Amino acid sequence: MEASKVIHAIYTDDDILMSAVKKVKAERFHIEEIYTPFPVHGLDKAMGLAPTRLAITAFIYGCIGITVATVMMNFIMIKDWPQDIGGKPSFSYLENLPSFVPIMFELTVFFAAHLMVITFYMRSRMWPFKKAENPDPRTTDDHFLMEIAVHNNEESLTNLLKETGAVEINIVDNNEDAH
Amino acid sequence: MEYKISNRLKIGAIVLIVLGLLGISYGFIDASSVTEDNITEFLANEDHHGDAYASDSHNSDALHVEDHHGGDAHGASHAEQDHGMSHEEHVLHQIHNRPYSALYIAAFFFFMISLGVLAFYAVQYAAQAGWSPVLFRVMEGITSYVLPGGLIVLAIAFAADSHLFVWLTDGITDVDSDKYDTLVAGKSGWLNKTGFFIRGIIFVAGWSLYRHFSRKFSVAQDNADDNRYFKKNFRIAAAFLVFFIYTESMMSWDWIMSVDPHWFSTLFGWYLLAGMLVCGVTVIAMIAIYLKSKGLLEHVNDSHIHDLAKFMFGFSVFWTYLWFSQFMLIWYSDIPEEVTYFVTRIEDYKLPFFGMIGMNFIFPLLLLMNSDFKRVNWFVIMAGVVILCGHYLDIFNMIMPATVGDRWFIGIPEIGAILFFAGIFLYVVFTALGKYPLLAKRSPFIEESKHFHY
Repeated sequence: MEASKVIHAIYTDDDILMSAVKKVKAERFHIEEIYTPFPVHGLDKAMGLAPTRLAITAFIYGCIGITVATVMMNFIMIKDWPQDIGGKPSFSYLENLPSFVPIMFELTVFFAAHLMVITFYMRSRMWPFKKAENPDPRTTDDHFLMEIAVHNNEESLTNLLKETGAVEINIVDNNEDAH
Repeated sequence: MEYKISNRLKIGAIVLIVLGLLGISYGFIDASSVTEDNITEFLANEDHHGDAYASDSHNSDALHVEDHHGGDAHGASHAEQDHGMSHEEHVLHQIHNRPYSALYIAAFFFFMISLGVLAFYAVQYAAQAGWSPVLFRVMEGITSYVLPGGLIVLAIAFAADSHLFVWLTDGITDVDSDKYDTLVAGKSGWLNKTGFFIRGIIFVAGWSLYRHFSRKFSVAQDNADDNRYFKKNFRIAAAFLVFFIYTESMMSWDWIMSVDPHWFSTLFGWYLLAGMLVCGVTVIAMIAIYLKSKGLLEHVNDSHIHDLAKFMFGFSVFWTYLWFSQFMLIWYSDIPEEVTYFVTRIEDYKLPFFGMIGMNFIFPLLLLMNSDFKRVNWFVIMAGVVILCGHYLDIFNMIMPATVGDRWFIGIPEIGAILFFAGIFLYVVFTALGKYPLLAKRSPFIEESKHFHY
């Protein structure tokens, strides 16, 4: 069940944030989300996030790209209308392969790059006119925010977060910023 | 960490040298058993071996004729000269060239590894790389082969003379000779024996001098109390890289491209350089993994191996890019005087020519793409073995078609030469590795390198 309340702990330094994450993890609290103004190296590892599979999707998209290029040019240049263009041997795909390689390469890269970017946008729910999910606008500038769900343990959680060096701790009703 | 070449390695290297010498001698004896007196008989025996082979050789005869017609386009007198040579004489030359070519290919291959490492090493200094200083001593060990290796290549070129380089044939630049070749005569301003060896000695001397001083400063930096020697190394590395890119390019024309003096390619130097770098980085990775498995490189971690494997991957792709650019431009325009180079290779060397693409491109591409695999030592070693074999084939494809034509085989002379130079290479490199501690301890980037993490 979704917790109705979350606690927002705000930090001003990424090193302090990192040690806070480690401490909170050690106390076995579940961190809902962390908002940072820039990538913090090693944060995903400290939070125990699973590694991304984006590179694997890119490889698959690249394979699709090279297949599209091959099938397309094989149909157009070899099967559909095998003309003699400047003496190029259009008897089979293999015989004329070198002249197709630049296109095969470019389409592989094109598919891998673009489809991977689109996958990234979809998986991270980013699109134009999307409502920003900022719990606090300062997190885009110089503050770091850790969000933890509250399950009737407000006091112990607050104390723990205070110990970790949070400069500000807010308890927020979840319904207020439904996203 | 101190290292001393182990007795096992020493004996292993000596065994390789002895086996190699046996193979090489066999190659020379076997080749010299065919002479002008028994060549006709030899060819007749060969034709009786099987119908398949006989029809094969007829095909290649047809090809030779075609080739010579290609030659007609640019040198009538050259074509005359070829027509003047009988089939027997032609085959006899090819048979006699084979042991020299086998020796030269293997010698150049091992020399090229150490030269590639030298260039990579200079780049590490010039770029002030923070990850690689823990590997400096490994690289310095490998580059110790530059001087002996370069001299051996030159010595073989000197001994092989016209067996390798047709342009050294007597009378080839003499208008009155029946061996006269207009094209070669036109290039004799560059392609002449004196020039070849003067240039060769300048190249080897320049590379070895850089290697000597760089090693000296690197060792001196260990006991210095400031970074004076590091700065010196930085400066000479930058100067060396300028010298290197010119001399490497000229070396590729002289030592490799001139075996086909009728053919030329503008990106040949780069192409050879890419192969050189990928072999060099591969050998750095292999020796680093070997020494680490002995517990001698305590600061080398998975991330260093990962970086080297990335370079192996990247340079493999770069090599393929240049190979393909050279091939495709010539294939596409199909100009007879250029395209014969690839016609002979595709007709007579189908398996090594295309097999090399599998070994040098597709195999490392698929194997080293995954970043977890790049950290697994046995994966890197396996990819490295295939890459090294592939690049041996690459050099094989550059030399053999010009010297032995369709009479190639990877047999005792070739394998013997590989074993012989592998033995010398291992002996020289591992002896040099044992001379100084394996950690360049006062390099300004050594702390960063020890804690390198990717």
